[in-house]
Amino acid sequence: MEKVYTRDIYGKTLLELGKKHQDLVVLDADLSGSTRTIFFGREFPERFFNFGVAEQNMMATAAGLASSGKVVFASTFAMFAAVRALDQVRNSICYNNFNVKIVATHGGITVGEDGASHQALEDINIFRAIPNMKIIVPADGPQTKEAIMAAYQIPGPFYVRLGRWKSATIFKENDFTFGKGQIVKEGKDLAIIACGIMVNEALAASDLLKEKGFSVTVANFHTIKPIDSELLIDIAKKHKKILVCEEHQIIGGLFSAVSEVLIQKYPTQVKPIGIKDEFGQSGSPQELMDFYGLSANNIAGKAEEFLRQ
Amino acid sequence: MEKKIKFLKDKANTIRKLVIEMLAEAKSGHPGGSLSATDIVACLYFEVMRHNPKDPNWSERDKFHLSKGHCCPAIYSSLALSGYFAIKELMKLRKLGSLLQGHPSRCIPGIEVASGSLGQGLSIASGMAIAAKIDSKDTRVYCLMGDGELQEGNIWEAAMSSAHFKLGNLCGIVDCNNFQIDGRTEEIMNIAPLADKWKSFGWHTIQCDGHNIEELLLAFKEAKTIKQKPTVIIAQTVKGKGVSFMEHVVDFHGRAPTQDEKNIALGELNKN
Repeated sequence: MEKVYTRDIYGKTLLELGKKHQDLVVLDADLSGSTRTIFFGREFPERFFNFGVAEQNMMATAAGLASSGKVVFASTFAMFAAVRALDQVRNSICYNNFNVKIVATHGGITVGEDGASHQALEDINIFRAIPNMKIIVPADGPQTKEAIMAAYQIPGPFYVRLGRWKSATIFKENDFTFGKGQIVKEGKDLAIIACGIMVNEALAASDLLKEKGFSVTVANFHTIKPIDSELLIDIAKKHKKILVCEEHQIIGGLFSAVSEVLIQKYPTQVKPIGIKDEFGQSGSPQELMDFYGLSANNIAGKAEEFLRQ
Repeated sequence: MEKKIKFLKDKANTIRKLVIEMLAEAKSGHPGGSLSATDIVACLYFEVMRHNPKDPNWSERDKFHLSKGHCCPAIYSSLALSGYFAIKELMKLRKLGSLLQGHPSRCIPGIEVASGSLGQGLSIASGMAIAAKIDSKDTRVYCLMGDGELQEGNIWEAAMSSAHFKLGNLCGIVDCNNFQIDGRTEEIMNIAPLADKWKSFGWHTIQCDGHNIEELLLAFKEAKTIKQKPTVIIAQTVKGKGVSFMEHVVDFHGRAPTQDEKNIALGELNKN
């Protein structure tokens, strides 16, 4: 299976968009090599601004640029976008409903060896609570491209969360609609709903479960906000049990988003796979995925237990 | 020039009266910093800035951002007097469903960007200034800050980047009234020496009396001549300026005048 850095795709897509659209401005905070905004910066230095290590200033300046008609992409690591610069994102960007697209890399536990200070596990929760904000967690490279294009085209603030490591390519080009979940695999015993790199883990888990005789549906919910309620209800009608997988705290992320809909519209048994209200630690991405119970084996084990209850 | 100064002094006095009336009606809000900023704001809206109340989004306008958002009564009054909306709107300040929110909101004609959470305004203004440079426009951007607000770290990040990006079209004004909610700024958290700080961050720095119209106009004129770096005008002001019992009184940072206090204040201002 092909694997790509989704941040490479981000950098390339930004460059393509920049060639077509003069109103696009890109900001970074001393991480342009890591986030790949440097691809754009090298080609369009007059529309690229590096703020140094000052994320709050970057976000509030983005608001000023957007107030003047620019479509602003602002990038840093997920930790600094969601936590360090939150006041600026809430009050200067979201309250004004400005065209600022925050594309953060290094989201989730798979940041790896840098450890807990750099593992953003609360970002989806934080941004989900802010009115006007829209959130996408692309599953792979092709969906990252689509997500960036959608963020450019659709007015208002966006948060697009990317990871540090390579993602397995699951989807073909043009297989993405903003705001719509998608069934990747159909089964009947259990549905697994996932986002980001967890879609690939869920697919691998479904293969393991198939060997044990279970037929499992896997759904990709790349758009966390607004969540696709219609598809969720449809999934709930067809499955008695739903497992939600995310590389994020269980509190406030995709599991919460799913539960908030189903508890009101179609109560169903829903269980989470995610980080259990704790900080991460250093380790290789795969070690951390195993240790925190996020890898395909863990998902399959939890699913089997759930199915036998 | 004398005629112009008289005109601006009259405007400032009218703004002060409206500030007192609207805050007494709202029964909450921030008179002290609104009154200290009034002369600065009057100069900007009635002399210095290019703007068009009939077309708030006029593409050739200069831009203003109130970083110290709590002092919006002075701005709302100036906008109403300019014709952005009806003066009667002022008396609905802070009421449910009203146009005029407790802190500036983008739904208000003439307000470019919301504010209220301190320390972000200079960044926002610098974003406007960068956009104007990208578009090769001669827009000038003005950002009014409070002196207490300069304790926010974000201000100094913006001070750094605005000089780095050589934003000659950006002009910051510090309404230096020497008070913040908890007391005297020098006692709560000393920010002196201010001029040295801005200079060392690479800004062209002008100091003036923030209640002397002539000095303010000269400062704004000088700022326009500086092309390669941003300018800051450090305006020395008096908190509560123009109302004897509010001047230098920290209590009036965030307390509205009662009906009796309103009448006394208007009596004083009507003598001007």
